[in-house]
Amino acid sequence: MLSRAAMRLLTALPTLLVLVALSFFLMHAAPGGPFDSERSLAPEIEARLAAHFHLDEPVWMQFGRYLGGLLHGDLGPSLQYEGRSVASLIADGAPVSAAVGAAALLLAIIGGVAIGAIAAMRRDGGLDRGLMLLALVGLSLPSYVVAPLLILVFALALDWLPAGGWDGPSSVLLPAVALALPQMAAVARLTRGALGDVLAAPWIRTARAKGLPERLIVFRHALKPALLPVVSWLGPAAAGLMTGSVVVEQVFGIPGIGRYFVQGALNRDYTLVLGVVLFYGALVIAFNFLVDLAYGALDPRARLE
Amino acid sequence: MRAGLKTAALVLALLLPLVAWPTPAVLTIGNGTEPESLDPQKATGVSAGNVLRDLYEGLTGVSPGGNIVPAAAESWQWSDDGRRLQLRLRDGLRWANGDPLTAEHYAAGLRRLLDPATASGYANLFAAIEHGREVLAGRLPPSALGLRAEDARTLTIGLERPMPNLPALLAHPAASPIHPADLVGDPKPDARIGNGAYRLAEWALQSRITLLRNRNYWNDRQTAIGEVRYLPTEDLNSELKRYRAGELDVTTSVPSTQADWIRRTFGNELHVATYLGSYFYGLNLTRPPFAGNKPLRQALSMAIDRQVIATKVLHALATPAWSYIPPGIRDYTPQVPGWAQWSRGQREAEAQRLYAAAGYSAAKPLQVEIRYNTSDDHKRIAVVIAAMWKQVLGAEVTLVNEEWKVFLQHRRERRDTQAFRNTWIADSDDALGFAEILGSAHPRNDSGYADAGYDALVHEAGEARDLRLRREKLEAAEQQMLDDAPIVPIYFYASKHLVKPRVDGWQDNILDWHYSKDLRLRER
Repeated sequence: MLSRAAMRLLTALPTLLVLVALSFFLMHAAPGGPFDSERSLAPEIEARLAAHFHLDEPVWMQFGRYLGGLLHGDLGPSLQYEGRSVASLIADGAPVSAAVGAAALLLAIIGGVAIGAIAAMRRDGGLDRGLMLLALVGLSLPSYVVAPLLILVFALALDWLPAGGWDGPSSVLLPAVALALPQMAAVARLTRGALGDVLAAPWIRTARAKGLPERLIVFRHALKPALLPVVSWLGPAAAGLMTGSVVVEQVFGIPGIGRYFVQGALNRDYTLVLGVVLFYGALVIAFNFLVDLAYGALDPRARLE
Repeated sequence: MRAGLKTAALVLALLLPLVAWPTPAVLTIGNGTEPESLDPQKATGVSAGNVLRDLYEGLTGVSPGGNIVPAAAESWQWSDDGRRLQLRLRDGLRWANGDPLTAEHYAAGLRRLLDPATASGYANLFAAIEHGREVLAGRLPPSALGLRAEDARTLTIGLERPMPNLPALLAHPAASPIHPADLVGDPKPDARIGNGAYRLAEWALQSRITLLRNRNYWNDRQTAIGEVRYLPTEDLNSELKRYRAGELDVTTSVPSTQADWIRRTFGNELHVATYLGSYFYGLNLTRPPFAGNKPLRQALSMAIDRQVIATKVLHALATPAWSYIPPGIRDYTPQVPGWAQWSRGQREAEAQRLYAAAGYSAAKPLQVEIRYNTSDDHKRIAVVIAAMWKQVLGAEVTLVNEEWKVFLQHRRERRDTQAFRNTWIADSDDALGFAEILGSAHPRNDSGYADAGYDALVHEAGEARDLRLRREKLEAAEQQMLDDAPIVPIYFYASKHLVKPRVDGWQDNILDWHYSKDLRLRER
């Protein structure tokens, strides 16, 4: 297990390098540039802007320049937001995305595991079928449907929460729920499947034969091994949730970094997109590393590998 | 007992402010996309302009009804030859930080705007200032511009050609003054010093821009609203919900698909007014099928039922357009072609006749492509127009949808396009700005329209000192252009806002400019 974690760390840098290179050349291969607009600048001014941001150099030279900056920890200036560095944009937006993402993650895990466990205990009963149908609906409903519905109910009809904006803890709840629902559904299905298998295992039959109460069997003995698939799901899902979602951020008007993936790409803000891709990539690697460590704690077999 | 009284008195004293002092009036405005910059000379875009008009005051301003009025300048005077404008500033003007504001600071703002190093998207607006072209091209330093601060309160602007609309243009945020401290180095995006009725208190990117009244503003006595918040509202449906929830006083727009419901629900809270924008299809004149085929271009234009598009597709949030320059523009009469008044049957018959004259028939139908950038409205319009061309003429139309920047590049290159979605939103209330776009040398002439007669008329209009002559030339130019049909007008844009009844003083105007200093909040 430790060797696997160490391997992950060793491959992290080359992985990120490939990620940056791919994104860089793909971005620059797309037609159009950051300063194209409906208004179109005078040619001399466009040339001057291009020179200022070194966009007039060959692409491989720009790539070298970008890597050089990265070595110094410099993600470069945003091409779209005048006078702002990519690092400052990420530093401002990441805590917001992380707050919403962490709340969503917590909701998804607690809710998902609970629903999954209940369904597994009532396997093939009416409750199980109902919950799994609900989970299927949760998985298939996109957030651009769920989010406006949440606003309609909780902000407009009930007037409990703000309809949007970023103003204190009450602004976290609705976006977090909107983000969490599909993930919660995924966790519920994973938990139910895995727990179902575990509950059919011989050692559980032994526990039952010993006369242990069902609650104890599920929560003390069966749940831990059943959570392994949930844990491996957790790594990438956590990274995804923490870096925000463009849909949820736009619908709720919250200042996270999820929007920069899409807007940055649409605006050809090369440095901004590369910055968030790099950030996302690093997070995925970091969370997968944590998952490896968690695996060791949960599964004795992994420790022996 | 006494302790109890004391506590009661204390509690009362603490509660009193909550009851007696009304919460300070805050105006909250939905502002669309987040401004990319609040640098008056560098920022482009509608949302930045809205904030900048509160943060900076130009020499001239715009009244709530849309008229040019004195602002930092109390008066101005043209020289006899119309090439020199002298402006007299008010006495005792100050920057938001208290520093005295002089004519030189306005000159510095314009020099910075035209300095190629600034790379401003609006530099062209003022290129008619003496040596403007040379400065923009980097052949002369910005100090060579025809701008002179005679003294602290007098600014003279020399022009290369008459520019009767210069006083109007000076109200544009790009002509804002610049504080000497902001000319050195790169000030932080939220640290610039302004001179408007408000000053920037906080800019939390993608979250809110908070402005507080500027106590050093010369007319601060008249400012009624103490705090203004601009919130980014990219998603129009969410914006509408926030308006309904009472979180916004003014919206940036409304989702057109919900127009009927909005009209029923909000009544006169919905403000729809003509705007300085024209939506049209460009026809690429540099390649088949439109090169050298005027009857075909005319046939396609006549085959479109604009009324259907404006009412059915855009839910009456737009005005049908048979001409290019929007109605309501100063010193201009819309040039509506005669066939716009014909019955539908007449128009279609003439369109069919022209289509046949252009060499097409049922056996040999026109095959043409409409290109547009990704957007629900553009798509719906393209589908409807394709259906009209098919139904009336029998043309076979394919729709090509492209991502914005790809579309811009293709449109500009004129290599792949045939018919394509196009639009022009003006920066000032002036017909010349519209006319220039179709000049043969203009970078935004995506149709490739090149007509010496048209160019000459537009040029003469630009040189004309007399407003009447200028207007005649421009009107003649548009008439000729409409007959040549390098473009197919479709609709005129409208500004669309929801405004809460508690906001007093809101007036619709063609520029869609609304200074917060002119608004008041009625207490509930």
